[in-house]
Amino acid sequence: MTATSKTVLIDPLVDNNPITLQMLGICSALAVTTSLMPTLLMCLALTSVCVLSNTAVSSIRHYIPNNIRLIVQMTIIASLVIIVDQLMRAFAYETSKQLSVFVGLIITNCIVLGRAESFAMHNGVRLSFLDGLGNGLGYSVILIFIAVSRELLGAGSLLGVQILPLTKDSGWYEPNGMMLLPPSAFFIIGLMIWGIRTWKTAQVEQPEFEIHNAVGSEAR
Amino acid sequence: MDSYVNLFIKAVFVENLALAFFLGMCTFLAVSKKVETAAGLGLAVIAVQTVTVPVNNLVFQYALRPGALAWAGLPEVDLSFLGLVSYIGVIAALVQILEMTLDKFFPKLYNALGIFLPLITVNCAILGGSLFMVERNYGFTESVVYGLGSGTGWALAIVALAGIREKLKYSDIPAGLQGLGITFIIVGLMSLGFMGFAGIRL
Repeated sequence: MTATSKTVLIDPLVDNNPITLQMLGICSALAVTTSLMPTLLMCLALTSVCVLSNTAVSSIRHYIPNNIRLIVQMTIIASLVIIVDQLMRAFAYETSKQLSVFVGLIITNCIVLGRAESFAMHNGVRLSFLDGLGNGLGYSVILIFIAVSRELLGAGSLLGVQILPLTKDSGWYEPNGMMLLPPSAFFIIGLMIWGIRTWKTAQVEQPEFEIHNAVGSEAR
Repeated sequence: MDSYVNLFIKAVFVENLALAFFLGMCTFLAVSKKVETAAGLGLAVIAVQTVTVPVNNLVFQYALRPGALAWAGLPEVDLSFLGLVSYIGVIAALVQILEMTLDKFFPKLYNALGIFLPLITVNCAILGGSLFMVERNYGFTESVVYGLGSGTGWALAIVALAGIREKLKYSDIPAGLQGLGITFIIVGLMSLGFMGFAGIRL
């Protein structure tokens, strides 16, 4: 594997992560992560759609007229999502019910369209394939982390298996109900961004206003 | 009549698209730095949502639903698997039409909305609204009310967030939380606030 293809694959995992840095595909990251099982299915669905759409768009990129490219990309993505949706209903009906409209919303998930538009339109098939895979995995890493913390802290279980014995079953763990509610996902992502940016300081955004202490700069 | 008012209030507050279902989050976070632009985008979303949800309702009722093609003499055809492609097509086409109409008749509003109008096509709040309409089996009038209500709720949320962020730029935030990080935490707190509406039974 050459150096470029390696960067294309590895970069979106932390350095250029779609959720914490590019601000793409946030809706589903928040809504489907209450428990691990639907999250895994969602990650699988998104990664495969992203890989396939990148490959498809890249392979016909020389034939797409520039002014109708969005419609062409949308049609490709929507058809892929329909296939994924139908497969899911056939083989994982219960979980697909839990995901409700969010499988359909992969169409408007900005990661897929964003990568097709900004990467696959300008690069070869093999690189686009790797880019799709990398971004899908970058998205999955964040989602799985959120889902694990929410299900473990909120219900004391993982994939439905009880890990921490709950107080109501005479164990010691008192579940944190807020983790199962929507707002907790925001706090977890916010704190994750803080963590990542403390580690990779290059990602820190500059404040619009500098705050000066009245005493002088030596106070810092 | 009462039930429509209830549906409207429910769509604006209890089932707020942005803060209870997290739809349209990408634009929600990206375009909420200034109250003025946020209000423009909110207006555009209300307009598009109020038109697309009822139109998609008609598409679903008369073309896609199992047995919907009875008027064409094909009562056993079920095209509901084509739903996603048709809804997104309808949305893209309507946004395009709305853009041209505004350009021709309301150039001032058109200029104010600028780039946001075409971007609405990929705002998941719009597609999400249509998908919820199908999932909950709304009739035509209900879908008009739901479209208006859910659009208004989204607009309300983004204007509120922009107001908070405008005040926030003078505050001393830890370096790593600057920008995106603190925005997530604020939206989390707002969403906690909106959960207070969840107890309302209408």
